Amino acid sequence: MDFNFTEDQVMLRKAFADFVAQEVAPKAAEWDASDTCPVELFPMMGELGILGVFVPETYGGVGLGHVERLIALEEIARHSAGLAMFVFTHQLGMAALLENGTEDQKKRYLPLLCAGEKISGLATTEPTGGSDLLGANTTAVLEEDHWVLNGRKCFITNSHLADLAMVTAKSGEDEKGRNLLTIYLIEKGTEGFGPGRKEHKMGLRGSVTGELVLNNVRIPKESVIGAVGKGYGIAAKTIGEVGRASMAAICVGILRGCVEESVKFANERIVYGKPIAKLQPIQFHIAENRLDYEAGKLLLYRAAKTKDEGKSAVAEFSMAKHFGTEAASRAAKRTIELMGAYGVIDEYPAGRFLRDALTSISSGGTSEIQRLIIAGDTLKTFA
Amino acid sequence: MNIIVCVKPVPDPEKYHLLKIDTKTKRLIREGIPTILNPCDRTAVEAALQLKETHGGKVVILSMAPLFSQDRIREALAMGADEAYIACDALFAGADTFSTSYTLMKAIEALGVRFDLILTGTESADGATANVPTQLAEWLSYPHATGVSDIEVRDGYATVRKKIEQGRIGYRIKLPVLLSVEKNAYRPRLISAMNVIGAGKKTIGILTAETLGVDECRVGLKGSPTRAGELIQLDLRRAGREISGEPEEIARRIVDIAKKSGVNC
Repeated sequence: MDFNFTEDQVMLRKAFADFVAQEVAPKAAEWDASDTCPVELFPMMGELGILGVFVPETYGGVGLGHVERLIALEEIARHSAGLAMFVFTHQLGMAALLENGTEDQKKRYLPLLCAGEKISGLATTEPTGGSDLLGANTTAVLEEDHWVLNGRKCFITNSHLADLAMVTAKSGEDEKGRNLLTIYLIEKGTEGFGPGRKEHKMGLRGSVTGELVLNNVRIPKESVIGAVGKGYGIAAKTIGEVGRASMAAICVGILRGCVEESVKFANERIVYGKPIAKLQPIQFHIAENRLDYEAGKLLLYRAAKTKDEGKSAVAEFSMAKHFGTEAASRAAKRTIELMGAYGVIDEYPAGRFLRDALTSISSGGTSEIQRLIIAGDTLKTFA
Repeated sequence: MNIIVCVKPVPDPEKYHLLKIDTKTKRLIREGIPTILNPCDRTAVEAALQLKETHGGKVVILSMAPLFSQDRIREALAMGADEAYIACDALFAGADTFSTSYTLMKAIEALGVRFDLILTGTESADGATANVPTQLAEWLSYPHATGVSDIEVRDGYATVRKKIEQGRIGYRIKLPVLLSVEKNAYRPRLISAMNVIGAGKKTIGILTAETLGVDECRVGLKGSPTRAGELIQLDLRRAGREISGEPEEIARRIVDIAKKSGVNC
C-alpha cells in the first residue's frame, strides 16, 4: 500500500497552490462578502490545466485523473470553497459529457470547456427533490427530429453562468410504469431556456446557484447525452463519483484551512504572557482538527484512486463526502471557539469556513442520503 | 541565444522560525524544513524565459545542491527551461560562496556551451551574501552587473537598468555577460499542469566532482576560506518594572530612568 502522492502529484499541488496564492487567496473574502463569482479567472484556469486536468489530451485536457482533479479543488477550497464549487460544477458537466457523450459531442465541446472558454453544469434537482431523481417533473417529448422540454430545475450551481447545461428530463416510462430519464445538452440562448430565480446562500458564496426554466425548449434530436432513457444511471454515477468527490475535496480544503488557521492563531495569540498554543485545551482543539483533516484526506484520495483505477467508488465517495462535510463543520466551529471573539470577526476566515462547511452538507445528497448509500453497500459487502 | 540560470534551493523563508543552528558546526539544521526555489532565482528564470521567447535559443538551469533538491530544479524546468544540471557530490558539502562559485564555474565549463548570458538571482534568501554572482563572473572573466531589471539584448549587447538611491541607472554591456536579477524585476509565471507533466519526463543531469575535474582543495568545506565566528543569541526579553507612589513622584522617576538610558529630556 502506498499512501504517498507521486512526485508529479506533489509538484502539481504546488503549481495549483501557487495559482491560488496569487489569484485566489487575496480576493476570497471579498468574493464571499459580495457573493461575486470570479468568472474572469476561468480562461487562466483553463490555460493552467486546472479545469481539464482529468480530460484526455485528445479533447484538450491534461490527461491525468480524478486524484489530480481533487488536489486542485482542495487547494482552491483551502481559500475559496465558493470558487471550488463553481469549478467542480463545470467539471460535473464535463465528466457527464466525457463518459457518455458521442465522439462528435466530445470533440466539439470538451476543448472549449477545458480551456475555460465555455462554462458547463449539470441540472437534475427540481422543487420535488434532489436525491429523488426519478420523481422529476421536467418532461421531454420527441416531436419528429426535435425534443421539446418543459419544466423547472432548482438549486442549480452555475445556473446563470453555464453556456452548456446538461439537463435531466422524463422522456418516457419503463414496462413497470417507472419514469425513464434522459440527459439533454442545451446551449445558452436556446429559445425558451434560461435562468430563473437566483438564490442567496449562507455559504459557498461566490458560486452562483439558482433556477433553470424550460418553456417549450426545442433542441435537435442528437442533443441527447448517452442513450435515451439512460439518464438516471448517468446522473447518479456522475453525481456519485464526481459531485460527491468534489464536495469531499472542498471540505478537505476547509479542514486544512482549520488546521492551518488554528495553528497560526494559537502561536500568535499571547494570553497570560505565553502563546495559547502552550495551553492543553487549545492543543486538544488543534489535535482534533488535525485528526479530522487527516481522516478526511485519506477517505477522499483512497476513493479517488479507486475511481482512477476504473473501479466503482460510489460508496467510497459517499463515505468521504459524509465524513468530510460533517468533519469540516465541527472543525470550523472548533476553530471559532479556539479563536474566541476573533473567530467570529470577518477578518478571520473561520466564520466563512463554518458557513461553507454547513452549506456543503446538502450538496450532492444530505448526510442521511450518504448513510443510506453506505448502509446499502455495507449490507451487501459484509453479508 | 544560450542562457544559463544558476539557481539555489533554499529553506522556505516562511518556515525560518523553525530553523536551528548547530552550535558545534555552526551550520543550519535544515531537517524538516521544506525547500523552495530561491525567490530571486525564480525571477531570473522568468527573465531568461522571456528573453528566449524574444530571441530563441535555449535556457539551461544549473544548481549546486543535494540530490533531494531535484524537485525544486524540476520546477524551473516546468516553468519552461530546456535542460537542467545539478552539481552534486559529498565533496561539495559545506561550501561557502567562494567554493560554490568555483564549482559552478567548473560546471559551466564542463557543459561546453558558450552561454551569451549567465543569469542569477541577486542573492539567496538564506545566506543573502550576494557574493556568488560576482565571484562566478570573475572566475569566468565575464563582465557583470548586479541587481538589474529590464534586460534587453540587441546587436551583441545587453542593456539593463538598476535601481540606485537617486533613481535608476542604465548599463550597456557587451555579451557574454553575467547579470544578477533583482527580485521584483519580473513576475515569475505560474506553472501549468501540462508543463509539470512535461518536466517530469525530462532528465536532470548530475555533475559529480569527478566529472567536473575539480581541484578538491577548492570545493566544499575544505575549499571554503569563510569560517563562522561566534554565535550570539540576542536577548529580546522585555524587563518590566513597577513604579509606585504619587503621580508627580512616578513622573520624576520615569524622567530619571529615561535620562540614565541616554534619552535627552
